[in-house]
Amino acid sequence: MLNWMAWTLPTAIFFAAIAGILLTMTILEVYRPCRERKGFLPLTTTRGDRLFISLLTSAFIHLTMLGATDLSIWVAFAISIVAMTIILRWG
Amino acid sequence: MNKVQNNKAWWLILPMFALVAFSAIIPLMTVVNYSVQDIFDQNTAYFVGVEWYQEVLRNERLHDSLLRQFIFSFSILAIEIPLGILVALMMPKTAGWKTSLTLILLALPLLIPWNVVGTIWQVFARGDIGLFGWAMNALGFEYNYTANAIDAWLTVVLMDVWHWTPLVALLCYSGLRAIPDAYYQAAKIDRASRWAVFRYIQFPRLKAVLIIAVLLRFMDSFMIYTEPFVLTGGGPGNATTFLSQTLTQMAIGQFDLGPAAAFSLIYFLIVLLVSWLFFTSLSLTDKDQLKQGSASS
Repeated sequence: MLNWMAWTLPTAIFFAAIAGILLTMTILEVYRPCRERKGFLPLTTTRGDRLFISLLTSAFIHLTMLGATDLSIWVAFAISIVAMTIILRWG
Repeated sequence: MNKVQNNKAWWLILPMFALVAFSAIIPLMTVVNYSVQDIFDQNTAYFVGVEWYQEVLRNERLHDSLLRQFIFSFSILAIEIPLGILVALMMPKTAGWKTSLTLILLALPLLIPWNVVGTIWQVFARGDIGLFGWAMNALGFEYNYTANAIDAWLTVVLMDVWHWTPLVALLCYSGLRAIPDAYYQAAKIDRASRWAVFRYIQFPRLKAVLIIAVLLRFMDSFMIYTEPFVLTGGGPGNATTFLSQTLTQMAIGQFDLGPAAAFSLIYFLIVLLVSWLFFTSLSLTDKDQLKQGSASS
């Protein structure tokens, strides 16, 4: 049935990870509701806003690395993880 | 009063979520899957990793059409938004037959299907039988949108302005009508100039509808396909070939599903980023004003 979607293992892992993050955020929100706050980003954000910003940032980090350099995709991945942590923690 | 928080209400969005999953999320997931594979037919596909992304990001043709797309979107925004506000300001302020007539006349271009708009302008701008093209030539301009890139651009931009400025005007008009009369009376007592009334009463109150207008016009113009395709076919040369046309050529013309999928995702991310930037920056200024307002009162 899912044949037409042409699944591959890496993309399956990718979407499972996104689903996992969303699920974690939901559970976290139920048990420890977050408040809007202001970090180094020039706007007040909730935890979900920061997640969105960090995901978008990491997508563009990957695209920039792929377009501009010949480095391995894992380098971009590592930089993205660092960027995501910084934005989620102090953003 | 205590606000009751009932999380059971979330179940009510489940049908909508199912619909969106079916129409948007699952197709998008499929595009992601396609973008990492070399697809020959339904049963033959090879995993290629990020190769398509690399190829697409370094493709000159796509860089050019991306640049053209940005120039197009920002130039029509720069024309349509101020023009739409201006038209809305000049419309009659009281209900009556004049208002109804203006509204109908304004809404007419919005009712015409895109491919028909393309055809109308294709005929309208022709030098031999079209009124616009003939008039330009008669006035002494060397105007030929099929041969000259600048003329083609002018025609495409003019066509979009003709088609979509009414939307901005209608949105702004509804925003203007929502301003209570008391504001204008207060301005009159203060002997505020016409400009001051616009700057401090009308414009701030228009912000909410302007966010919608800018977002709609940006997203729509960034995805524009039918009108330039019918009008110029992307020519002369590649002068008016915008992103979606390049994408369609790639996906359907050459059947390069992998690169086309990778490109659509990059396209999607750009639209997402720019829309988010517009939305946050516009709603942010709104919030700041609210804060200032409550601080001073």
